[in-house]
Amino acid sequence: MVQTNTMEGSLFEPTLYIIKGMCILDNDGNRILAKYYDKNVLPTAKEQKAFEKNLFNKTHRANAEIIMLEGLTCVYKSNVDLFFYVMGSSHENELILQSVLNALYESVSILLRRNVEKRVLLDNLDAVMLAFDEICDGGVILDSDPGSVVSRAALRADDVPLAEQTVAQVLQSAKEQLKWSLLK
Amino acid sequence: MSVFKRDKKEEEEGGGNPYLNLDKTIVLQESRYFNQTPVNPRKCSLILTKILYLLNQGEKFTTQEATEAFFATTKLFQSKDVMLRRMVYLCIKELSTLAQDVIIVTSSLTKDMTGKEDLYRAAAIRALCSITDSTMLQAIERYMKQAIVDKNPAVSSAALVSALHLSSTAPDLVRRWANEAQEAIASDNAMVSYHALGVVAGSRKNDKLSTVKLVTRLGRSPLKSPYALCLLIRLAAQLVEDDDSDASQSYIDFIECCLRHKSEMVIYEAAHAIVNLRKTARDLAPAVSVLQLFCGSSKASLRLAGARTLARLTAKHPTAVAACAVDLENLISDPNRSVATLAVTTLLATGAESSVDRLMKQISSFVSEISDEFKIVVVRAIRRLCTKFPRKHQSLAAFLAGMLRDEGGLEYKAAIADAIIALVEENPEAKETGLAHLCEFIEDCEHTALAVRILHLLGREGPKSRQPSRYIRFIYNRVILESGPVRAAAVSAVAQFGAQRPELLPNIRVLLNRCQMDDEDEVRDRAIYYSAILDTSDQELINDYIVNVPKPNPVLLEKALRDHLATQPDKPFDLNAVPSEEEPKENKEAPVEIEVRKPLHESMEEMYSEQLSKIPGIERAGPIFKTNLPIDLTEAETEYRVKLLKHVYARHVVLQFECVNTLNDQILEDVHVRLEVPPEYEIKSIVPCQKLVCDKPGSVFVVVEYPCAFLDSLGTFGATLEFTVRDCDPNTGVPEPGDGYADTYPLEEFDMGCSDQIRARAAADDWDQTWERSSNAPQASDTFVLPQNNANDAAKAVCEHLGLPKAAIVGEAVKEIRGGGIFRGGAPVLVRARLVLGPEGVTMQLAARSPREDVAQLLLAAVG
Repeated sequence: MVQTNTMEGSLFEPTLYIIKGMCILDNDGNRILAKYYDKNVLPTAKEQKAFEKNLFNKTHRANAEIIMLEGLTCVYKSNVDLFFYVMGSSHENELILQSVLNALYESVSILLRRNVEKRVLLDNLDAVMLAFDEICDGGVILDSDPGSVVSRAALRADDVPLAEQTVAQVLQSAKEQLKWSLLK
Repeated sequence: MSVFKRDKKEEEEGGGNPYLNLDKTIVLQESRYFNQTPVNPRKCSLILTKILYLLNQGEKFTTQEATEAFFATTKLFQSKDVMLRRMVYLCIKELSTLAQDVIIVTSSLTKDMTGKEDLYRAAAIRALCSITDSTMLQAIERYMKQAIVDKNPAVSSAALVSALHLSSTAPDLVRRWANEAQEAIASDNAMVSYHALGVVAGSRKNDKLSTVKLVTRLGRSPLKSPYALCLLIRLAAQLVEDDDSDASQSYIDFIECCLRHKSEMVIYEAAHAIVNLRKTARDLAPAVSVLQLFCGSSKASLRLAGARTLARLTAKHPTAVAACAVDLENLISDPNRSVATLAVTTLLATGAESSVDRLMKQISSFVSEISDEFKIVVVRAIRRLCTKFPRKHQSLAAFLAGMLRDEGGLEYKAAIADAIIALVEENPEAKETGLAHLCEFIEDCEHTALAVRILHLLGREGPKSRQPSRYIRFIYNRVILESGPVRAAAVSAVAQFGAQRPELLPNIRVLLNRCQMDDEDEVRDRAIYYSAILDTSDQELINDYIVNVPKPNPVLLEKALRDHLATQPDKPFDLNAVPSEEEPKENKEAPVEIEVRKPLHESMEEMYSEQLSKIPGIERAGPIFKTNLPIDLTEAETEYRVKLLKHVYARHVVLQFECVNTLNDQILEDVHVRLEVPPEYEIKSIVPCQKLVCDKPGSVFVVVEYPCAFLDSLGTFGATLEFTVRDCDPNTGVPEPGDGYADTYPLEEFDMGCSDQIRARAAADDWDQTWERSSNAPQASDTFVLPQNNANDAAKAVCEHLGLPKAAIVGEAVKEIRGGGIFRGGAPVLVRARLVLGPEGVTMQLAARSPREDVAQLLLAAVG
């Protein structure tokens, strides 16, 4: 208690409070959604945004999956114009963090019907917020199975009027096609 | 086509982000829409999302705004829409910390939590627990217990995680749910059993015995969840760490068994635990081979995990890591620069001299791409190389100087400067080049603290070099160009040259005279002070006040000065009575390590000095000599917990009994300690603790005078806690009317040993000379037979008795303990012991030398 034992410091701590933060940034490094769970880690919005800027600058070019920054281990994954990050203490099992990142990415991907990009995400921001809430509660991993996260967070099938859904989908696919034809 | 056009325009404006440029006041206006009936779920959900988005972006809500939004949100409970309800919960959680009167929704949430809709129940429990306080908690306790064992995993998990959060504020209440949590560990759902294990382990954190039981039971029937297994491995590793005996073998077996688990997460957890426990190289082999496999993985996080853990191992078992050299070689050009850095630095730490140049070249190719943390890792690795291969100093110093010129933060620059300073101090050949690099660096160094340190070093090392005059130019440039603190440091450095190199003195005088015109007070003062001392030409004076100035511990110095002013302001102050600054402890960190936790650098004496200052008359005892580590005088899980701290003064000892009352239905008043002291000891005064409420530590102080003869000071004390008990309301803490009743509580006995009264340290490098020099001091020696059947264990036990650090043990076949210290009162003492394993146990020859013969004898008596 009085003196920190150096040997003990090198073992992982037996705690459930593993996640220090999760965030989704866009391709300019701006925050779309972010949650920080430890009062002692990046307590103010200003520090958080500065950290995110730094994180984004270090990660957006090299797709290296994992980086250690400012005393945090950050695992990340990107798709089109979105960057997903999960942060833990630098004294944490990296693979646990990786499993949470997978849960986050997969859940969002299912929720957005595999169209993981900023526009679609913003259209479904409420569902993504719920997914955040279902994956991690105050730093504790609540669930890491994308299937069950989605089933807990997603709207139920009868919630979206059938007609509206189809129209949205048709529009989406039309847009996709147009994009591809322009790219060619 | 027109749709597409509009799309495009929107995209240009901000990616079609409907949440961009949201205005707080407008969104709050919109929240009035919640009052309409019937509720439009779609629209309301969008507004809630907007509020959450604003909060998430860091927008500040005033209490009034938050409260208004919160109350508007509560209106939405009338809608049955699942999605909307879930968003309402989310909003409640986010706003609960900002708004007032949030408990208003308790009944709505309780209804949802006990309702039929499973999707509501789990989320409602979590929302409810985030707004509730410990008094409200009792009302929902029954529901929580039911929820923990609910058959729906989401509900059960939610209840368990909420219980965990609550245990920081209401630990007793949550402890009552331990049975339900215990039951939930056996759940089929992986996450439920993980959370349950977390709650159970958390509630038993201070109870080692039941943790042992828990780990033993679960170790036998492994859990399904990989997360839970990781947690269990951590618990088991902690038990092994605390208990070095054979009893812990079963935990080690369990951890090793986990190396064969199918989940990589668990395998890594187990390998990490094994590597970090104190083990021999042979025991490590299975863990190392697993890590080796990780290094070849296609996943970057696996490679990083493997490389990092191997890097950590280099300090203890370089040979074990050297076997993985091939795997690490493959990583040095890894696209993930963190992995590459770790691989290179590890190879540098384990490799041969011939490979250094090649690896350094590899590092320099990507050093600009890595983060500061890793640059520091590289710098530390190079610093160790300098020690290991002194012949390479030229290329290493050049590399460090190159890094010094790069961009980087203070910590990074400080690490490089440290490395160069170490190089200069250790390697006389490298001194000139090292100092030259540092001189160049301070020419444009933006960090004041660093410049001051380097100037200090130049002042110390510069005068000893062959051409001292060339450094003076660099130092004097600082006086012209820099800010106040740097100028002051430069003046001190210049004075050092004047003091140590008489041929330069006339020039130095001129420089100091110029500094006497400075704008800054500190600079002027120093210049005048040094000029005056140098003008005396008194070599002894110059030596004491410029060259070899003692550095007292600043915190203790401040306290000593205060005491002095309070008690005897007329007499002159004696600086030598203040303990001098402790030598910085040898840093035994792993060669490659990214450290985040900083150990406390406050000494024990500093921590308690404020508490001690409250004892009336304590200043008469003089400055504090030493505070010993606390010892427990009660079992861990008893109603009253008492810890003892021994604060040792020259002729007195202050016994501080730190008591904690763990019963919430009792208040203890007028707490004091009845002490049975050994003969010749005398109790001077007792400071009782007036009132002890639940979980708030309070201290009783007893001042005892030591016997006149040092030899009588070894003895055993008996103690009993005496107090008046008053019953109180466990919730409010208000005592019941009427007088309390007197009660006592026996405490364990404790000893006053030799180690308590000595400030010990291990031998320095020049031990042999020191020992020889003291040969005319009185010596006491004797031969002992020790019961241990292993010389190493015996040596450890002796060190413990004498208060020497383990580092004092040297030698392989014949163990030798070399150490010394200062006894209370100020008598220095040296100890040497030789231990040999004989036929009937370990034979030890112990010799102690001290100017005070009784001190030397006391040391022998302590072992005998």
